[in-house]
Amino acid sequence: MVPFTSLSAVAVPLDQPNIDTDQIIPARYLGRPRAAQVDAMFHDLRFNPDGSSRGEFILNKPAFAGAKIVVAARNFGCGSSRENAVTVMLDNGFRAFIAPSFGDIFFNNCLQNGALPVKLDEARVAAIRQMLHQSPSRTISIDLATQSVTGPDGQTDRFDIDPFRKDCLLKGVDDVDLTLTYRNEIERFEAAQRQELPWL
Amino acid sequence: MLAQSMFEKIWRRHVVVDRDDGYALIYIDRHLMHDGSGAGFARLRERGLPLRRSDRAAATPDHYVPSRAGPQTDPHFAQTLEQMRRNTAAAHVTMFGLGDIRQGIAHVVGPEQGLTQPGLTLVCGDSHTSTHGALGALAFGIGSSEVFHVMATQCLWQRKPKAMRISVEGSLASGVTAKDVILAIIAKIGAAGAVGHVVEYAGSAIRSLSIEGRLTVCNMSIEAGARAGMIAPDDTTIAYLQGRPFAPAGENWDKAVAFWRSLRSDEEATFDREVTLKAEDIAPMVTWGTSPEDALPITGRIPDPASESDTLRKEAMRRALDYMGLVPGTPLQELAVDHVFIGSCTNSRIEDLRAAASVVKGRKARVSSWVVAGSGLIKQQAEAEGINKIFQDAGFEWREPGCSMCVGMNGDIGQPGQRIASTSNRNFVGRQGRGVRTHLMSPAMAAAAAICGHFSDVRRLTA
Ligand code: SF4
Repeated sequence: MVPFTSLSAVAVPLDQPNIDTDQIIPARYLGRPRAAQVDAMFHDLRFNPDGSSRGEFILNKPAFAGAKIVVAARNFGCGSSRENAVTVMLDNGFRAFIAPSFGDIFFNNCLQNGALPVKLDEARVAAIRQMLHQSPSRTISIDLATQSVTGPDGQTDRFDIDPFRKDCLLKGVDDVDLTLTYRNEIERFEAAQRQELPWL
Repeated sequence: MLAQSMFEKIWRRHVVVDRDDGYALIYIDRHLMHDGSGAGFARLRERGLPLRRSDRAAATPDHYVPSRAGPQTDPHFAQTLEQMRRNTAAAHVTMFGLGDIRQGIAHVVGPEQGLTQPGLTLVCGDSHTSTHGALGALAFGIGSSEVFHVMATQCLWQRKPKAMRISVEGSLASGVTAKDVILAIIAKIGAAGAVGHVVEYAGSAIRSLSIEGRLTVCNMSIEAGARAGMIAPDDTTIAYLQGRPFAPAGENWDKAVAFWRSLRSDEEATFDREVTLKAEDIAPMVTWGTSPEDALPITGRIPDPASESDTLRKEAMRRALDYMGLVPGTPLQELAVDHVFIGSCTNSRIEDLRAAASVVKGRKARVSSWVVAGSGLIKQQAEAEGINKIFQDAGFEWREPGCSMCVGMNGDIGQPGQRIASTSNRNFVGRQGRGVRTHLMSPAMAAAAAICGHFSDVRRLTA
């Protein structure tokens, strides 16, 4: 996993609430290898059925080219557990998502892949989206160590993140190696369970 | 000791390591695998790690299996299925493969085989794993990295979710089903209404549901954003589990029953949030938009964004109506359908098929209509009861078990612009194919739509 420390980049506003992972990557692309999924990100919003680009969709606007941050509305990434929704965004250059709330599984999948999901107050997120619409291609800075986000207006907000997940992101390590250091605890649990629930 | 909720009791029993920052390492009792779990096996191989507990895993292909009889002919999907067969065989995982009568949708097969039991933690790389909570398990969906983590360690790092109780009190009117209950709940609390929470469904209307109805309710917990949904085990649960292949037997049975009975929430248990609905207020429901929260009673009309004050919501409604090709004010019952799909892990069990068949019996479908049973065993049972005959005589297609048109990953998709009455759980944009308009409803309501050619109130057809 690539570490996440800090990021200063163009941010793109997505106003729709409840953007589901079927939107982020339609199911028909899931069977492909990761390298062949890159163009599938928001496919049906980015492309017409004939394959031409939908200029009106915000991710197709030149002002947002090179964006690395998404500023979304509530419940971003709800729906299907497909982790491809995170990886396809990473493979298109995105590293951080700011929203008032996230689908729980999408949120966890971000943390497993070196992407940072940031929860901020709903009114503040709406205000940031508004600024980005008014003057596109403005940047947002995120610093994980200090857990802060600085918006296009220079206002800095703090965000919460679990210390455990923060540590994994900063170091770029996944949690399997850490968990394997608890082998004895796991074995003890299993021995006790064999006594208690012998039918399992 | 402090009063505990059922969720609390099950959570505490599974803590392997408690960190002081609020994270806990939780033991996972069962892992269900499907044909999308291949990435986990690949990562085990990369890291040179074994599958820790093959005895706690079970697998069945569902997303990529064809719904017409015969083998998968698409070479890519066939390869995915073959890879799954090899992965599970090499790791000694119990597999209900293609051609095995027990094969089906993972969330249908788990309970049917008795793999799902009260008090267990259960995961699957699929968001509708919440289904299994109907039997009193703590069951939730995970992504492929966490699938790999469970494969390697049989555990997961989790922050303890909050607890929420949704009570439905009273008795459901005739023609109103579990699907209508959960659609009414989501319409009330919203698609993000339960984010970060484990929901316990309670109240007399929930207790009076069969296990099949409870599975339908818990299945759609994720559509309200919930981490999991669960229902306390009771006599109905115990009767359902008795004699199932993977359920405890002999002297273990009594031991298990005593354990299961201890799991219900204590009388004094408190919840972070409580919501109550009156069963009498719930009517047969239909969704009109592109989020499961966009649900209305069948007697309703397409809502008007102009009367919505929240600007985000107004814009979302406009987009949804545009995608769905709908005009505000139109009565739901006037909407013509192009196709009907009865199936998915929400509504493909024998009671669902019986309910739909009782509406269809002696009538003819006016539009192309499919029935896709949730498992081979359900299909067999329906055939033994003559249910397939009722559907086929009415012009329905009687297809092979799997996810099929719920998500269309096997190629079962609709045409752009088609309006589909579907018993599945997601009406997302493009879910059943690009440009396809999905309306969610119960099996009886989907059957009524097939017979009438438009949405209609099943209570009028069966009166
Ligand atoms: S039936 Fe639909 S919702 Fe259920 S597991 Fe299959 S694709 Fe997912």
